[in-house]
This record gives sequence, C-alpha cells and structure tokens, in this order.
Amino acid sequence: MAETGGAGTPEPPKLTRQDFASDQTVRWCPGCGDYSVLAQVQRVMPDLGVPRENIVFISGIGCSSRFPYYMNTYGFHGIHGRAATLASGLKISRPELSVWVATGDGDGLSIGGNHLIHCLRRNIDINILLFNNRIYGLTKGQYSPTSEFGKKTKSSPFGTAEQPINPICVAIASEATFVARSLDVDPVHLARTIERAARHKGTSFVEIYQNCNIFNDGAFEGFTAKEVRSDRVLVLEHGRPMIFGKSRDKGIRLRGLDPEVVTLGRDGVTEKDLLVHDESAPEPTLAYLLSRMTYPEFPVPVGVFYSVEKPTLEEILVKQGEEATRRLGPGDIEKLMRGTETWTVS
Amino acid sequence: MSTPTQSPESRTPVQELDTVVIRFVGDSGDGMQMTGSQFADTTAILGNDLATLPDYPAEIRAPAGTLPGVSGYQISFSSRDIHTPGDQPGVLVAMNPAAVKANIQDLEEGGILIVDADAFTPQSLSKAGYKENPLKDGSLADYRVFDLPITSMTLRAVGQTTLGARAATRCKNFFALGIVFWLYERPVDYTEQWIRDKFKANEEVARANLAALQTGYNYADTTEIFTTHYRVRKASLQPGTYRKITGNEATALGCVTAAVLAGRPLFYGSYPITPASEILHELARFKNFPVRTFQAEDEIAAIGAAIGASYGGALGLCGTSGPGMALKSEAVGLAVMTELPLVIVDVQRGGPSTGLPTKTEQADLFQAVFGRNSECPVAVIAPATPSECFSMSIEAFRIAIKYMTPVLVLSDGYLGNGAEPWKVPRLDELPKIPVNFHADRETFQPYRRDPRTLARMWAIPGTPGLEHRIGGLEKEDGSGNVSYDPLNHEKMVLLRAEKIARIADDIPEVKVLGSDSGKVLVLGWGSTYGSITSAVERLRARDAPVSSAHLRYLNPFPRNLGSVLRRFEKVLVPELNLGQLRFMVRGHYLADAVGLNKVQGKPFKISEIVRKVEEML
Repeated sequence: MAETGGAGTPEPPKLTRQDFASDQTVRWCPGCGDYSVLAQVQRVMPDLGVPRENIVFISGIGCSSRFPYYMNTYGFHGIHGRAATLASGLKISRPELSVWVATGDGDGLSIGGNHLIHCLRRNIDINILLFNNRIYGLTKGQYSPTSEFGKKTKSSPFGTAEQPINPICVAIASEATFVARSLDVDPVHLARTIERAARHKGTSFVEIYQNCNIFNDGAFEGFTAKEVRSDRVLVLEHGRPMIFGKSRDKGIRLRGLDPEVVTLGRDGVTEKDLLVHDESAPEPTLAYLLSRMTYPEFPVPVGVFYSVEKPTLEEILVKQGEEATRRLGPGDIEKLMRGTETWTVS
Repeated sequence: MSTPTQSPESRTPVQELDTVVIRFVGDSGDGMQMTGSQFADTTAILGNDLATLPDYPAEIRAPAGTLPGVSGYQISFSSRDIHTPGDQPGVLVAMNPAAVKANIQDLEEGGILIVDADAFTPQSLSKAGYKENPLKDGSLADYRVFDLPITSMTLRAVGQTTLGARAATRCKNFFALGIVFWLYERPVDYTEQWIRDKFKANEEVARANLAALQTGYNYADTTEIFTTHYRVRKASLQPGTYRKITGNEATALGCVTAAVLAGRPLFYGSYPITPASEILHELARFKNFPVRTFQAEDEIAAIGAAIGASYGGALGLCGTSGPGMALKSEAVGLAVMTELPLVIVDVQRGGPSTGLPTKTEQADLFQAVFGRNSECPVAVIAPATPSECFSMSIEAFRIAIKYMTPVLVLSDGYLGNGAEPWKVPRLDELPKIPVNFHADRETFQPYRRDPRTLARMWAIPGTPGLEHRIGGLEKEDGSGNVSYDPLNHEKMVLLRAEKIARIADDIPEVKVLGSDSGKVLVLGWGSTYGSITSAVERLRARDAPVSSAHLRYLNPFPRNLGSVLRRFEKVLVPELNLGQLRFMVRGHYLADAVGLNKVQGKPFKISEIVRKVEEML
C-alpha cells in the first residue's frame, strides 16, 4: 500500500533550516519556550536527509499544537488530543513518510491520554514531541495533568487536589521503545535528542520541559537555570556512569531498589560504585527507576531513558499482506465478490 | 444436488407452497443463528428468493432457559420475488419452553410448531414462567404441534461417538435442522460439508453433528409423524450468478470494491461495536487486497486514523453504530473543515445510549444530518436492502472523493444482519471512481475549488513543492491560511453548504413505484424498503390509489422530491423512529406528511403499513 508520491524526483539539494520555516508569522507569546523547540526541530530537519515533501507534522489543540503552521512541510492541525490518531492512520497507510506529532501536557496526557498510550504500545514509527509546561496556556492558565500537587491556578485557587502524572513513567508503562526528555533551555541537548528520536524506528516519545512565561513562568527554573543546571540535572549517556555536578563529583548509586545521590571520593565512593546507564536493557526497569527521580531529592534526568528496537506496526502489517498474497495470490475482487458459494440462474 | 437416503417424494404427499416463513428459536447457546443461517444457505443455493431476520439478545449467554436468553432466526423463502423476512412465521421450531413462550404469539393460526419435548421439564417450564405445561393444557390447540423428543433422539444418534452427554446434547440443533430440511425438501449435503469444514480440528464433534443432522432427516422421512411435506419452487430471478449476502458483508465488499475502482488503498478504522463488528471481521480477512484494518483504542481514534489515512490519499472508512457515531461527531467536523473524503457507516441500533444493541432502529437520521457543532453539512445516504449495502458503499466513496467530503451511510441492524440473494456484478459493470491528486505547483492552493463541484484540491504528502497545512481552524478561501475574518467565515460556511447541496445534481431522481400521482404516497428510507414495497404491492393489487417512493439520498434530497410529494393528496412516512424523515420533509417542502412510527427494535410488518394506508384512503 506504499505511496510513492515523491518518487522520481532527482536528488534534492541540501536544505537549510530556513527551508523548513513556513511563511506564517509565529504567534506564540514572546519569550515562550516553544520558539526554542521550533528552532531546534528546524535545525535538525536538514540533517535527516528526508525530502521535505515526505515530512508531516501533526498536532492537536493547545499552544504547542500550532507547531505545524510554522513548519514548511506537510502539516495537519487536528482536534484536541487526537493528533496521535491522525498520525497513526497516516503512517500505517504511508509508511514511507516521516510523521511527527507535536502535543502538550493537556493535549497529550489529558484529553489525548488514551491515544498516547495506545500509539506507544503499537510502536508505529512516528515521533512524538510532548511540550510539558505543566499548565493550560491556550485556555489561559488552568492546571494540567502534570501540574504539581497543590498548585494554585485559575481553576484551583486553593491549590490542586490531584496528583500529577509523570509522562516518562506513562511512556515506559505503555511499552514505548524510545523514551527521552530534554529542555527548551538547552538547545544543543534538545537538538541531539530530537535527532535521535527521528532516527529511532518505532514510536519515539520525547518530553520537553518547556517554560510558559505567561501562566507558569519559571516552572523548571529551579533546576534548569544556567547557574544550577549542572548540579541539578543528570545528563543520561548510554554506557556511562551517572555523574553530575559542576565539578563532576556527584553520582547516582543503587541501594537496594532505590537510587541515592553520593559524592565521589567521600566515604570511599568511586565511579565503580555508580549506576551505569543502559538505555537498551531488555527490560525498562532502570529507565523506570530513573523516571521516578525528581528534583529536589534528585537531579532531574534528561536524555534517552530507553531505546530498544522492536518491529513496528506498519512493518508487521506489510508482512502480513505479503504473506497473504504469497499464500492466496494477489487479491481477485471478482472472486471475492462471489464468495464461497454461488448458484447460477439461467 | 443429491438428496440423501431415499427421496421423500416416494412416501409422503407433497404440497406446493409459494412462500414459507420459518423461525428457529432457542437459548442463545443453542446455536439458533447457526441453524438458521445453514437453512438460509441451502435455501439460497436451491434458487429461492429469501430474506432473513436474525434476532438475538445482547447477552452472550443469558441464564439458560429464561425468556431474555431466547435467540431467534427467521427466514422467509419463496418461489417469487420477496422483500421481507415475513410478518408471521408459519413454522416455529422451538428448542425449549422459554422459546415457545417468547414467540408463540407470532406464529400464524394453524401454523406448525416443532418443539423439543425433552426440554419441557418442570424446572424449565417454571423458568419460562409456565404454570402448566402448554403441550398438555390445550393452550396450543390453534397450532399443529409436533412435540418430538429431540434431545433424547440426538443423544441416541450420536451415541457411537465418545462425546460426553453435555457435548452430545449440543448437537440437537442439527437434529432439528435435519427434520426441517426434510419437511421443505432441502438436501443436507451443503450443511454436511459446512460441518466438516467448521469442525475440522475436532473430528469427533464433526461426526456427532453429522450424525444428528442425518438422523433428524431420516427420522422425519421414515416416521409418519409428518403427513405432508412441502415444496417451494425456484424463484424466477434475473439470469446471473448469485450468492447469499448480509448487509454487513455487502458493506465490507462494497468498500473493497470501491478501493479497487478508485485504484487507491482502503483504510478501515474501527472499534468493535454491535451490530457493525462484522464489517471489521470481514475486512480484516482481506489481507491480500490493498486493505488495512485498524482496531483502534476507541471510536474517536478509529475516525482519527481514518482521517489521517484519507489525508495521505487512502480511502478512509469507519464503521460504527449510534453511540460510536456520537463519539465521532467532533472528528466528522474536522473532516468537514479540512474537506477530506471519508466514509462512515452507521449500522443503527436501538437507542439512546447503549439502548438495544442487537435490535434495529432508524433513529440516527437526525444525528447523521445534524449531529455536529455549528454548520456542518455532510452527505447522507442509506441502502434499502442488505445487498444494496454493496452499491451504496461504492456510491459513498464516489461522492466522498468527487466532493471532498465525509459521507455518512445509514445502514441498520436489520440490513446488517439480514441476508438475501445477491446477483454478483462483474467488475466492468461498475463505475470507475476517478481520483485526481493535485501535483502542479503553479496552480495549487489548498482551498482552491473546482468551479462545478466546489471540491477543493487534494494534494497528498509526498508531492514535492505542495507542502501546505490544513486543520480545524477556519481557513481563508483559496489560500487555506488560518483566517478569523468575519466575512471569510460566512463565505466558507456558505461554500461548505453549497458544496453538499450541489450533490443533488449528481444523484438519481427518486422513483415512484406505482402511479405518478394519486391519493397516498408512502415515502420511506433505508431498511423499511421491503415492508413498504410489499405493502404497496399488496394494496395496488386491490387497485388502491397508493404509490411509494424510497429515498437512498437523505442529504441532499433528490431534486424531484418536492414535486413528487406535491402530486399526492397525502404522504405517509413509515419510520422506525418518532418521525425524523417526516420532520425533515415538512421542513424542506412544507409537506403535510403523516407518520407511521415504531420503535420496538423490530422491522415493520407489511400488515402494519397496509393497515395505516387503508386508514388514510
């Protein structure tokens, strides 16, 4: 069922990030973290080597969901929470396309939570960027499913009474094959993470901590501010011991089933005692343990939590089709119409 | 086709009948749907015209022997052209007291009642609410009762197999079927083959069922319980190759055929829902065709995925029933706004809410035509018979693609589950469905329209140089850029309405059955076709000044509908709802239509319509 709309085009010239900017004026609030995500996505795109016409950005509703309008690719601004469904149908019927979903904490985890988990477990090869600003911005400041417990907002003047949901935990529990987190304020890390997500075969899930400077300003500043970031953020690197801190002297050690922060050189702690990141472990146990580490008890992990290869849904469907065709021959519609039992009237 | 053992003609007198209506009833675990459809299959192959009405409870296995657990399958077969599964069965085959209790009032006076006498134990009589055994208290005196020890004879028949008594008892439906096959001169060999295939993995069960079937047949043949048996000659159908088909099968087949005719793949997004799930089951088998089925996590995901597939150039399709349709309405609005082709089949059932999941109703017409926020027009069409689900599915895609619009197809439980013979068309008899993807950069604008159809340009991802964005926000005419301009919005609302209205130029006019004018016009839509047509034929045979017209297009209406309505003194609209088409017809044409409305989860009886028309004459 593959579509080859772009086939036959000559080798395209190398594109630049400007080639991915649409002619639409970007209308996010000045200072919004979304600008950074847009810039990094546009920066990464030319390196992926995918013809622009084969890239599709799909979104739901919310501030982040305006994303497709600003990308000079194909784009579909859908309805609230349903971007993953549109993307699933598109990718299944057009596996050769590079399909992206831009969503937020409300769009992706509240109204669209069901679609998110099922998209992840199906492992359809689409890339999901979840902009988490822990607030409803477009509707002007109600709490979201990721807002911290007790948060005072327009719809919770006495503080929320709800526990927040942790997007990385949800993704891991949903059998995601690629789970990562990055920060709007760290463009280099963000670009690297987006690129890895793009190159992963299967559903990629990237949570991006994104500042809403109007309704939830400074939500992540406690650990993302430049002067504290290296002490309060743990950058995950596959195969490397978990070390962080300005002087690279802190690390994560496992005590029983719980992680703990230790200082290298103190009480005889050496690098060998530290947890070593393994993003491709057969079971996502370590990824889950890391996802539970939150500031201020722990540094906030960013980077790739988990990345494993599994067959994608669309691949399996293509195989089933080939197998059926091998067994039954190519579909004969007239034969199908006649069914198993016919009789003739003359 | 050979008949087993001796021909029954040698012994018992034969009576010729023109039409027979049989209803098989039993517990929902008794295999009545299977029994009925086996009878229907054999009957179809013998060349009778037929119509079926499966009627089963929503519970998979309600407590055995109780009234809510009764499952039935009615079939009418005939030597002439028939349109309905019959008002009243002339034969009732009942496997237990509850089945008798729930159905006996429908059996025609003097009709044949075949019961499993073994099932009439004090316990099961009381479960069915009988104080006295109806086989003994004379309450069944109006019928020809054959109380046969079906269970014990089945147990004896399958005695040679190693099945336990419980499993052996389950073969009793085939014993009963064997009896009915003999009674109506049907051969058992088609069902024999079916049993061998079905129970391939379990030879012991296959052998037991075969033994039950054959013994039932022989029992009827050799004992002199039945003094007569009956012959229904072949119907004189149009020459051609025929098969039996249900509405849901025809829908699935029609949609695959549409994909072949359009040269595009079919994408079916669906969430299981009664009575539409068979469409999913059917399409999921067609793996060697360009068909993808996607069992979504919910109704919304099903339509979202179908819209995504349409956006990519596939034929997006959804099947559902009323509650699912309700969940899809926001997404239908998205497809209207983004002007993408999409077909949604609503196999209607009794409602509101969960309602009567397994029973038929026509009460989603308003939902289909009006059930979305704001001004959100879509094309709405409705097949009239099970086999018409095939051609109307193709028609739905033709309209969806040509006009870049969602099309809602209103089937219902009666059509979806009901079966009839279908003359299989050749592919070259069917219309091609042209698909034109736009590829030219110079002329491309996402919302530039065909001046005649008002359809916007369809440019699919993968087309170089045509990268563009669409979405649910209001679009500027032409460019497709987001626009909040008040006058542009009004223009777009009017354009979307006009686009649908123009479909009226592209669909057949409504035909009148009978005289072109007269005293009463019976106007129907959807699955009431059979009952209305039979009623009007019956009345016209008595020279009553009545005609009928049947709508397959509900939005827009056929161009000539207004003038047809004006040519009759009175208009009667029978519907399985409280008057939704009547309301629309009154609104559109100021026609003083009268309703005949029924919401019992059952189709109209012919006699109900005849009676109402007689009142109006």
